[in-house]
Amino acid sequence: MNVETAPALSDPDLAASDLDDLGLGREDYRTLYHTMRLQREFEERIYRLFRQGRLVGAAYAGAGHEAIAAGSAYALGDADILVPMHRVIGAHFLRGHTARDMMCQYLGRANGPTAGKDGNMHCGNWDHHIVGMISHLGANIPVAAGVALASKVRGDGAVSLTYIGEGGSSIGDFHEGLNFAAVHRLPMVLIVENNKFAYSTPTRYEYACENIVDRARGYGVGGALVDGTDVRAVYKATRDAVDLAREGGGPTLIEARCTRLLGHAQHDDAFYVPKDIMEDGWNNDPVTKAESLLLERKYFNREEIDGIQEEVKGIVDDAVDYAEQSPLPEPEEALQGVYAD
Amino acid sequence: MPPVTYLEAISSGLREEMERDESVFCLGEDIGVYGGAFKITKGFLDDFGEDRVIDAPVAESVIIGAAMGAALMGMRPVAEMQFADFITCGFNQLVNNVAKTHYRWGAAVPLVVRCPSGAIGNAGPFHSQNPEAWFCKVPGLKVVAPATTYDAKGLLKSSIRDNNPVLYFEHKGLYRFPRIREEIPEEDYTVPIGEAAVRREGGDATIVTYGKMVFHSLDAAETLAGEGVETEVLDLRSLLPYDKQAILESVRKTNRLLVVHEDTLTGGFGGEIAAVVAEEAFEHLDAPVRRLAAIDTPVPFSPPLEQYFLPNTEKVTTALRELLAY
Repeated sequence: MNVETAPALSDPDLAASDLDDLGLGREDYRTLYHTMRLQREFEERIYRLFRQGRLVGAAYAGAGHEAIAAGSAYALGDADILVPMHRVIGAHFLRGHTARDMMCQYLGRANGPTAGKDGNMHCGNWDHHIVGMISHLGANIPVAAGVALASKVRGDGAVSLTYIGEGGSSIGDFHEGLNFAAVHRLPMVLIVENNKFAYSTPTRYEYACENIVDRARGYGVGGALVDGTDVRAVYKATRDAVDLAREGGGPTLIEARCTRLLGHAQHDDAFYVPKDIMEDGWNNDPVTKAESLLLERKYFNREEIDGIQEEVKGIVDDAVDYAEQSPLPEPEEALQGVYAD
Repeated sequence: MPPVTYLEAISSGLREEMERDESVFCLGEDIGVYGGAFKITKGFLDDFGEDRVIDAPVAESVIIGAAMGAALMGMRPVAEMQFADFITCGFNQLVNNVAKTHYRWGAAVPLVVRCPSGAIGNAGPFHSQNPEAWFCKVPGLKVVAPATTYDAKGLLKSSIRDNNPVLYFEHKGLYRFPRIREEIPEEDYTVPIGEAAVRREGGDATIVTYGKMVFHSLDAAETLAGEGVETEVLDLRSLLPYDKQAILESVRKTNRLLVVHEDTLTGGFGGEIAAVVAEEAFEHLDAPVRRLAAIDTPVPFSPPLEQYFLPNTEKVTTALRELLAY
């Protein structure tokens, strides 16, 4: 959508229309639900391992963001580039990182995607077209723009998809990256995962406009505001934006609203989140919502849903066993890889 | 081929790399229509088109970040900082994103950031700096600082062909410096990153330096040669990695070391050289290592202040005499 045709930006149900006509079949829904369940199960296990002292380093979770992770990454083609953030591990799974890969990454193992050089969600993998994030929020928005610049110049048709929290949207790189992408009409999609809190800071101390997506007009790009707990809405908005980008229509800013259902990280109990917000968040748990949808529409019956849950649990059990049996890196491997050959 | 300037050597080196390799492109402020603030890319827009000569918004973080993204995709961006001073606005991209990517997840980031650096006369605190030392302690980056016209071209080509991020510091005071106009080969050549060059041989003292200070050092050495003192002048050319062996060999021969740079003293790259000589050649020293650098202030604007701030031939000569007299 271009600026002129960008829909009204303040309607949170905006993308909820037409969701029954997405062309998604039973297998698509299975993949989406499986991805969301796997993210939830994997991250619950990460938290448990942390409490048990079996994890290396910190534990972050995207509880509440599962629909954003799965719905957005599912809209990508194989040649597209994912530039993820820390609450979308489901997007990693869809692009080809396995639960074993990510568990080895979390446990600092030699056979993880970074071979122990970096932890948790900080892994890229060019085989899967995933760019590794860094802790500095927003820093990869300019990188995603550069990825898209290469695609535009070469005409390879690829689109870059990147993310930022509403918290990270305050940093200068958000402006520089999105403005550059807008000026050059680059095939980039930027999703703002608005989960209402930047660590502990509520949105009223983060930005003064009504919606983050209101900025789209200022940048001259398309914008969409979606319910980030509805996997179909996220998928549709992302797919529309990816299609537009691929056709040369430039970047789109998508604001996906959700609630962070846990603290910023394992150490944070989120005491500062008002009870009603947290209750509302759990009442709109994206995983439960997806499950209800699949049952209501009779894509799957209860038994099949339970089967997916069992399967996911088995995948995570296996990932933990595999990672814990995997070797840690040799100390002197710290010297390796500073420079490319 | 007639003699060319340092600036023309950079320009022709960049042009030849763009002709040789379609993945090489330029990105920076005012590099297209205007041809760059210093005219390095003059005519490039007409010759290579706007997909390969990209005028960027005034936004150094996205210039470097986007260069990284394109480099991940297999392109070889050459980003221009209009002045090296402005690299601070892209500092995070360089030191946290670009520099650490290969170490963290194995993806090469082959990009060059060109940095017009140094004082050229009354340009003040924000258009005169030599910020190279900030980056010489960042594993994953490479840093070069050519002093001669030949090296300017050869090191630029090596930087572009390197599979790692390279900061290329080009001293603005050398751009049109008549003394270093020289005939350079018409055929393709490179200068390896990490190798120093002996600019003048001598057995009585060593000056280790780089960039424009090479010429002040050579002039000081010439003055003292008239007094029977032979000074070796070693031009580092590359700072990260730097040619430790060349420094140690020279110091073991001359037993006296003066380090000279235009960057300020404290935390400057000279400290690293002094440290490595203290660690590895201490028993060869007949005098304490001496450092000569700009004073520890911002670069001041007014002529007498700036002249007081900067090292020059006279100050190098004095420091050398003191070193020899120890």
